[in-house]
Amino acid sequence: MIIQIDHLVKRFGQNEVLKDVSLGVNKGEVISIIGSSGSGKSTLLRCINLLESYQSGSIQFEGKNILSSIKEINSYRAQVGMIFQSFNLFSHLSVLENCVIGQMKVLKKSRADSERLALETLEKVGLAQFAKTSVMTLSGGQKQRVAIARTLCMEPKVLLFDEPTSALDPEMVGEVLNVIKSLALEHRTMIIVTHEMSFAKEVSDRVLFMDKGIILEDGTPDQLFNNPKEERTKEFLSRFRTQ
Amino acid sequence: MITILSKIPNDLWGASAYIFSKYAPLFYFGAKNTLIIALSGTIIGLIIGLGIGILRALPVYDYDSKLKHSVVKFIRFITSIYVEVFRGTPMMVQAVFIYNIFLPVFKNAKLFAGIVIVSINTGAYMAEIIRAGIQSLDKGQNEAARSIGMNNFQTMVFIILPQAIKNAFPAIGNEFVVNIKDTSVLNVIGVTELFFQSTTVAGIIYRFSDTFFVTALIYLFLTYSTTLILKYVEHKMNLGGYDGPQSQTTPLIKAHYVEKEKTL
Ligand SMILES: Nc1ncnc2c1ncn2[C@@H]1O[C@H](COP(=O)(O)OP(=O)(O)O)[C@@H](O)[C@H]1O
Ligand SMILES: [Mg+2]
Repeated sequence: MIIQIDHLVKRFGQNEVLKDVSLGVNKGEVISIIGSSGSGKSTLLRCINLLESYQSGSIQFEGKNILSSIKEINSYRAQVGMIFQSFNLFSHLSVLENCVIGQMKVLKKSRADSERLALETLEKVGLAQFAKTSVMTLSGGQKQRVAIARTLCMEPKVLLFDEPTSALDPEMVGEVLNVIKSLALEHRTMIIVTHEMSFAKEVSDRVLFMDKGIILEDGTPDQLFNNPKEERTKEFLSRFRTQ
Repeated sequence: MITILSKIPNDLWGASAYIFSKYAPLFYFGAKNTLIIALSGTIIGLIIGLGIGILRALPVYDYDSKLKHSVVKFIRFITSIYVEVFRGTPMMVQAVFIYNIFLPVFKNAKLFAGIVIVSINTGAYMAEIIRAGIQSLDKGQNEAARSIGMNNFQTMVFIILPQAIKNAFPAIGNEFVVNIKDTSVLNVIGVTELFFQSTTVAGIIYRFSDTFFVTALIYLFLTYSTTLILKYVEHKMNLGGYDGPQSQTTPLIKAHYVEKEKTL
């Protein structure tokens, strides 16, 4: 287990958004999370990355409680990369600098080493020729690929994707999903919140269905998509198929 | 005396031209001091404002210790007193108060006193400008920085501030223009800035409206040329990236416009 979540509870004021969520993530596993909007998917990812704290329960990363040392929170975060729906690229920096700054400031690598890895990574997501460009001028699909490259440059052990294609025009979804697929082939540990059902089916080792703050169903893509046990899962999937 | 007075033309423009040419060195001296005080006051005020603005925007998170929460609360309280007091009282009152309290320090260094007063006053406004600049940024910028492992300091210095300052630049520049005009209140403690000098000139020749017409034109010249320069700098700063709404569908530039990659 690289990540072990036990009885996680998260409330925003009175609103209990995660109710006793437990989840183990194996190294190299690709997990997709599906579920309707407001079911707590983003909040779960944000708790794993500690962008949100939580009221009770625990999250262990490589056997260590992530809240045991406040001082190590930043170095923990660098190991758990997050890709956001709205990209959140650093808009005052070039494509290359977006990928370099974390390596230099957080990992304390030299500029030459950082640029080398940045260019390699940009090559991988098909954007090396845009290295010197301002991120403001990119298309949405390109922005998201830069965001993925920026995260990869930190060489994280786990990647968290929060609806990486939801803000994109339909014709750009493919280019981003292809990049994520290539990462899945490298057996990286990934948790992907997505509404792209066929993609989830294709890349995932496991699919979770979240409903009203709990993980209602957890199984292989085949079990979950072709043979869901829970009524709510069936209902959710049927809504998706007819759309 | 009589001879000088009788030589002054009677129409506004004629009188003004005469007064300006006759007392140019006095006006020049005042205008120079006005600019010195306004410029130093704005720059020092900006430095104060950056410090205070950052302190006021310091983030705390749920997982931070109780101690850190109380320290941040305390800092916000103290800095808000500074900001509210200096924004909520006239600079003329501040000038008299500060000058007299620190009289043993300032002695006759009135120009220095003027710079100190304008700096402290401007700092309060700048603090709010910087804080607003920080808070206007999308919170995704902060989250992305933290998610790659940056600490609060790195997030602030490398991600938030560069963008906040750029966004706040027009407001920062405006403070400079305001200061050029507002240094006139330092006349109350006898700083020899433009207003003080004008009073002197008007007192010599007993022609207030004509003299202060010249004064107004000089202030207007100073503020308008400053505004033009600031606009130019702003324009230059914005060339780096396109900030407006944009389609996510079409890339605005093609690969061949991109500079050749540096070989490493
Ligand atoms: N910062 C926040 N403050 C208060 N409530 C929030 C916040 N973020 C999310 N919520 C609430 O938590 C619930 C789950 O949200 P979220 O995790 O974003 O769901 P999902 O990603 O599955 O759509 C929603 O009811 C939402 O309104
Ligand atoms: Mg969400």
